[in-house]
Order: sequence, then structure tokens, then C-alpha cells
Amino acid sequence: MASGHSTYTPSNGLTRWLDARLPILRFANDNLLSFPTPKNLNYAYTFGAILFYCLVVQIVTGIVLAMHFVPNSALAFNSVEYIMRDVNYGWLLRYIHMNGASFFFIAVYVHIFRGLYYGSYKDPREVLWILGVLIFLVMMATAFLGYTLPWSQMSLWGANVITNLLGALLGTDFTQWLWGGYSVDNPTLQRFFSLHYLLPFVILGISVLHVWALHHVGNNNPTGIDPKGPQDTVPLMPYYTAKYYFVIALFTIAFAAVVFYAPNLFGHVDHYVEADPLKTPAHIAPEWYLGAFYAMLRAMDFNILFLDSKLLGVLTMLGAIAILFIVPWLDTSKVRSARYRPVYWWCFWIFVVNYAILSWAGLQPAGSVLLQTGVDADGAATGFNITHLSQIGTAYYFAFFIIIMPLLGLFETPRALPESIAKAVLAKKGGAAGAPAGAAAAPESRV
Amino acid sequence: MRKIVLASALALAAAAMPGAMPGALAASTAAHPEAIDWSFNGVFGTFDRNQLKRGFQVYKEVCASCHGLHLIAYRNLKDPGGPEFTEAEAKALAAEVEIPILDEAGQPATRKGTLADRFPYQSQPDQKATLKSAYGLMPPDLSLIAKAREGGADYIHALLTGYDHEVPEGVTVPEGGNYNPYFPGGIIAMPKPMSDDQVEYAEAGVPRTVEQYSRDVSAFLMWAAEPKMEARKRIGFGAILFLGILTGLLFLSYRRVWRNVDH
Repeated sequence: MASGHSTYTPSNGLTRWLDARLPILRFANDNLLSFPTPKNLNYAYTFGAILFYCLVVQIVTGIVLAMHFVPNSALAFNSVEYIMRDVNYGWLLRYIHMNGASFFFIAVYVHIFRGLYYGSYKDPREVLWILGVLIFLVMMATAFLGYTLPWSQMSLWGANVITNLLGALLGTDFTQWLWGGYSVDNPTLQRFFSLHYLLPFVILGISVLHVWALHHVGNNNPTGIDPKGPQDTVPLMPYYTAKYYFVIALFTIAFAAVVFYAPNLFGHVDHYVEADPLKTPAHIAPEWYLGAFYAMLRAMDFNILFLDSKLLGVLTMLGAIAILFIVPWLDTSKVRSARYRPVYWWCFWIFVVNYAILSWAGLQPAGSVLLQTGVDADGAATGFNITHLSQIGTAYYFAFFIIIMPLLGLFETPRALPESIAKAVLAKKGGAAGAPAGAAAAPESRV
Repeated sequence: MRKIVLASALALAAAAMPGAMPGALAASTAAHPEAIDWSFNGVFGTFDRNQLKRGFQVYKEVCASCHGLHLIAYRNLKDPGGPEFTEAEAKALAAEVEIPILDEAGQPATRKGTLADRFPYQSQPDQKATLKSAYGLMPPDLSLIAKAREGGADYIHALLTGYDHEVPEGVTVPEGGNYNPYFPGGIIAMPKPMSDDQVEYAEAGVPRTVEQYSRDVSAFLMWAAEPKMEARKRIGFGAILFLGILTGLLFLSYRRVWRNVDH
């Protein structure tokens, strides 16, 4: 699996015997211990490990919660409160799981933006990137399904909104098949629970492929140039494993601060009102991590030719995800890292701020006026509103991929690339010319 | 230059975070509730036992005639982190209520409540019907109300003390409605629920005012919505202290592992 030849030598008779039959120890050694990793990876590169940690936390807490949760529309809401009140440490499990989803998405957004910044999707990492986008997609589905399980007002009406969107694209026969009836009801809850339990393991499976692809081609790094030899890399163990332990602990502090001191920070109050099919909430909002997609959906308040605004919105939202799959072929620049791309650097950071604005806009009531310019016949404020803001944001989101990425590679003059990772590191250290050439490679010999 | 732009981008994103929380713009139709300095605010905040006991009395004597509290059982009244009535007191409070049952002949009857019983209001269908015809809808159960409304306990306090505002010009209060600026839309079906001296506190020196009743019952409802809050904060403090030390040690080990590598 790992590129390059194996460094594993069985140490005794038993491991030699096993190695000839199932080289699992060789596999672990080559991928988890000796795997050569560029020595200049910064903290942005630790989020892959943090994401594995998040997945494990969600699966472990989720399995225990499923022992107490009742997936029935009459009982689900109270069973969540039973967990919060009567199950030993149930409140802790539930708050970890609930906020774990938010922290999972914080980590995945840093991970994805890091990939966009350093050009980690470019040749030869296209498949690695595509598998990552696939994981992101399944994560969104899993989070949405989990959101419906407490059977609160937000659960029920959120499920209504999302399934009806799919209906706009695929027809009412599809939605009825999905619901298992004529509305979001008990059969829907039961199948959503089943799928919510299944999908994390699908994520786990794709993650294995993702890491396989990573270890086949090797890590990208902040310079975007390939390691040229052992002077550019360190073995994963103990160098990056030590770093991962540290960042995971740091991440857990932030996670714990929210779980213990602001557990409902990311949630909506209607999540504590039991589902009522006869009472539509005043304002249906997605979780923050899906806000940008929801904003792009609602930005389409006009028709184009035969496409009405609803269908257009769904296509825009799905397109916003779909476009990520072809990013490796949209970016025409041969230079990977934004460090050496002065114009792309600006476009990238505008993209990040734009995404944050879209995420915020998706949580606000659609018509909310931000800059009032007048009043309409009924006396309500008119002017620049959330929908207008979302339209600008949506335009930039797509322009970044469709216009900026292809054209920039043709017109941008990149900065000079360093000769190697080791040279770049030394240059960053202020030209520490006194360091002996072999110093960087030396630690490896002690492993 | 890059560092400055990067820092300002991150600062922007951080500034957007609190605003990104749901309801930032949504709550614009109602007056903003006053922030009360609750005993349970902050990292070390705990419930005031006497306040919870008084709040329970207000709930029992005022709110319970219309509002259920079905997630709370009498045994919860003696749980640590709550009002912490003694077991005998909690048993006596439970015994005050009649729980509807069917007797051996299958006829409706009642028995005395026990610690295992939940607050009984929800199980009385005739009372539900009366309320529904009076108000057009069921008064909401209060078990989770402090977490189910923007503003939480502040909101409940503001709502309960918010009935004496003058109706602004241009607002018409319909039949059966009451003006309350803290309620979204401004018109609430619930009439002013309390007046001064209505609840006779046994505790000396506690004012018998709507203001005090509202504070006490809001605190009680916060506990009802989040009965494990004290355990959560206590365990959280230890957990974060532990994680802080662990993180420090892991950072030192990380630095030590990398000490001879230029990176």
C-alpha cells in the first residue's frame, strides 16, 4: 500500500510465519510507523487525524445512545429526554454526540479548505480528493438523518423541507417511497434511524480508501513540491503521531468547553419542542454546517426558462457539492501551493470569508432586510436582504471554481518555487547555513 | 501583508460566529429580555436550593393549574443538584396529589402519589379539554420550556413580568388576547398569571412580589429543563483541568520528539 519498498523485518519465528501468510504487521509497520511523511507539514495538516478521532467519538457515543433511544414517532422525543435525565451519564453521551457533529464539521471544513489552499487535489491526488468529497457528502447525509431522530419540531420540519427538495427533483413517487407513506411520519423516522446507524460505517469504509490513496501517492505539503529523498521526510511514528496526540488533546479541550459549558450553543431552541405535524415553526433553519448550502438553495428566487425557482435552487445546491468532484480538472495551474500563487491566495481567502457569510445567511429568515432603503405598501422594510446577500455569495462560490480556477492557471505568474522541502525549511529558518546537511535525516536512524 | 489579511479574515470569521447562531435575526419581533444575574450563570454557577423550592411552590400553586411538567417525577425533587427536598418531604409532596387509576372493577379511581410518579397534570384528560376550549390550544408543557425559547430563564422572567406595559399605538389586542412585548408577535393567550402576595412563601424575608415569584419559577423551570446542570459543570471542570495538563505534557513530548529536526 505505501509507496516505496517495505521497511519491515519480522523479528522472530512467529512473526515470520504470520508475515508469509497474512502480512498484517508489515502493513501496519509500513503505514502507521515508518511511512515517510514530509517534514514541513504544519498544523493545518493535522485535521485528517482529528477527523478520524471525531468519527470514532461519534460511532462510540452513537452506539451507546442507540441502546437507549426509541425510534418511534410517539416515543423518540421522550426517549431522548430519558437519556438526558435517567440514563447514567446519558446527558454527557448525548451532548458529546450532538456537539460532536458540529466539531466534526469544523474539522472537515479546515481539512477541505487546507486542501484547496495547498492544491492537494492536483495530479496525482485526484482520486484522494474525490474520495474526500464523497466522505463530505455522506457526512452531510448522516448529520441530517441524525438531526431528525430526536423528533423535535426542527427534526420533523427539517425532514419535510429536505425530502420535499428531493421531491422537486425526483417527483412525489420518490418522496412517498422515501417517507414510507404520505408524509414524514413514523416509517420515515424508523428508516432514518436505520440509515443513520449505517452511514458512519460507510464513511469509515471510504476513509480507509482515502488513506490508502493518500499513502499510495504520499502527502502533499505546504510547498506543494514532492519530497526528493529521505532528507525531506520523517517517519510518521513518532514524529507525526506525537503531533497528532497533542492537537487531538487541544481539539478536545475546545470540544469539552462546549459540551460542558455551552452544550446548546450550536442548536436551535425548537429542537426542544416535540414534533407537531399541525404546527409549522415560524422559522426552519438547518444546522450551521449546512447553512451555506441552504443559503444557495434559497438564493434562487427566480425562474430561468423552463426551470422554476424551486428546481433551480435544488440544482444549485446539488451543483455546489457536485462541482467539488471536478476541482482537480478545473484548476489549470501547475503550481500546487497558494504560497507561490499571489492572485489565487487572495481569491482563496475571499472564498473562505464568502463561505462563512453564506453559512450565516443560511440560518437567517430569507427575507430579513440588512440595509433598509424603503418600505413596501404594507409598511414592511425593503432593501438589501438575506436573499440578495446569498445571491452574491452563490455567484462568487461558483465563479471561484468555474472562472477563477481555470483562468488563473493561464494568466497568473507564480513565485519561484524552492528547490526542495529541505531547502525551503532552511530558508524559513533564516538560512541556518551552519546546520550540517545530514542533521535532518539523522533522527530517522534512531527509530 | 499576508499575515494581516489572514488575521483579519480569521477575526471576521470569529466575529461572525456568535451572529451565526440561529435566531440572531429571528427574534426581532419581540422585545429583548433583561439579562438576570442568575445563581446558575457562569462556569461555577449552581442553583439556589431555596429559590428552586420557592419556584416549585409557585409552579404548584400557579402554573400547574394549566401547564404540565411531565418530565419531572417527585423523586427528582430530592435529587442532588435540584431543590434537594429531603426524601420525607418529597414523599409528602407526592402524597398531596391524586393519581388516576382503574380499580379492581375497572372503574376510574385515584390513589395517592408516590416518588415514582411524574407530575400528574398530563394524565387528566377532562382538564385538557377544558383548557383547550378556553384557549383554543393546549398551554405548553413546561418541562423543557427554559431550553425551548430564545433567552431561556431570562425570557420566562421577562414574559411573566411583562404584562403591565401599555399597549403601543397601532397594536390591537384581539378578544382573549393579552399584550406582552416579550412574546413573539406581542399578543399572548395567557392572561397575567400572578399578582403580588398571591403565593405565601414560608421563608422569612423573601418579598412576595410578582418580580420575585417570576425569578423563582424561572430558576425552577431552568432546573426542570436541565436537571444535570450542576453535575455537568462539576465534571466539566475536572475534565478540562485534566485535558489542560495532558495537552501541556503532549506538547512537551511533541517538542522533544522534533528537537533535532528542522521543519
